[in-house]
Amino acid sequence: MTAQALPAQLAAIRDDFLALEERDRLMLLLEFSNELPELPERYRDHTDLFERVEECQTPVYIFIEVEEDRSVHIFATAPRESPTTRGFVSIIAQGLDGLSVEEALDVPDDFPDSIGLRRAVSPLRLRGMSAMLARTKRQLRERAPQ
Amino acid sequence: MTIELDPASKFTAYAHPERLVSTEWLQAHLGTAGLVVVESDEDVLLYETGHIPGSVKIDWHTDLNDPVNRDFVGSAAFAAVLGAKGIARDTTVVIYGDKTNWWAAYALWVFSLFGHTDVRLLDGGRDKWIAEGRSVTTDATVVAPAVYPEVERNDAPIRAFKDDVLAHFGNPLIDVRSPEEYTGARTTMPAYPEEGALRGGHIPSAASVPWARAAAPDASFKTREELDAIYKGEAGLTEGDNVIAYCRIGERSSHTWFVLTHLLGFEGVRNYDGSWTEWGNAVRVPIVLGADVGVAPAPVGAAALTR
Repeated sequence: MTAQALPAQLAAIRDDFLALEERDRLMLLLEFSNELPELPERYRDHTDLFERVEECQTPVYIFIEVEEDRSVHIFATAPRESPTTRGFVSIIAQGLDGLSVEEALDVPDDFPDSIGLRRAVSPLRLRGMSAMLARTKRQLRERAPQ
Repeated sequence: MTIELDPASKFTAYAHPERLVSTEWLQAHLGTAGLVVVESDEDVLLYETGHIPGSVKIDWHTDLNDPVNRDFVGSAAFAAVLGAKGIARDTTVVIYGDKTNWWAAYALWVFSLFGHTDVRLLDGGRDKWIAEGRSVTTDATVVAPAVYPEVERNDAPIRAFKDDVLAHFGNPLIDVRSPEEYTGARTTMPAYPEEGALRGGHIPSAASVPWARAAAPDASFKTREELDAIYKGEAGLTEGDNVIAYCRIGERSSHTWFVLTHLLGFEGVRNYDGSWTEWGNAVRVPIVLGADVGVAPAPVGAAALTR
């Protein structure tokens, strides 16, 4: 596989984080956390349809839709008492939304390590974000066969 | 003790009531000179969404763990963190946190490694404070930095290492993880990253007492009577026992360490913070699968001879 350029919207998120001092990166993560949209009406009472990401100590559920044109939409929910987890899943949802299945699958697995949060958040916590990305990709492979 | 104790009647039945304060007590003492309130959460951002007015944040990963070695911070780093939070050696520190004080208890245990004298937990932690409708704020706390001395960490009395556990066999061990972790039943799912331990199961002879059993539904500690029934009744501990507690990385077992040490009065309880992420990866240590506690092998090592 040749080195893929990061999709523009993910590159923008990464650059926003890296432009900040470490302390301020936490505040940006909090902004992402606050921006996680409510679930659309059709899923609100159906969290049973969502896949729980077990690595996270807090329940976070991710659900993926693939449109006719193979563009991807991601919906997720995590409790308000877990702003870090919400921030992670919000970055993935915003960063991947609207990409094609192929573009989303090509997002590097180590993207969570590239946004400058290792020291501010700790490697152990970042593992939760890597797990979300891995789960998202696996669901994509299952739902949108090549 | 610098600041008067909480006389709450529930606490008087505990072995060391001076280690707890109630939400009522804290509300009445906010702003008292010589008191610093510390929030310590699993979630590194939760404090920023709203905290007890005047409290400071200490994060278990970024403030208390050494960034390179698998160990806690040393004297200089600990002194720097506490000084920056306005804590001096004689400050009364009250720690509270999310998830039933899970991480607050861990922070308190680390404070204890450094011998900080007056450190207490808020009974019920963040959950109870908020459930009672008490105020939280997003206003940044203005800290007057203090000078905290560089004191040597004294691990031996309350911290166990792997060799200490091998030498401890024949004495009680408490495994505070979930039943699935204890039995080794947890399985690997597709697309999961590494699980953190190569083997599942528990240390032979360890009794299973999941940590959260010590907590009531409102996140406060259960009463002395209820705790005695769990740890002395079910788990079979008796007065004078020398106990080691462990979990996955030593955080949940800090909570149990607090219960055994400060609420039930066991002396010399140690927390094995290497816990399952060390034991489950170590070569040639004994492991038991399933719900049976298993039999303790003969203790080994020089430490076994001296105990």
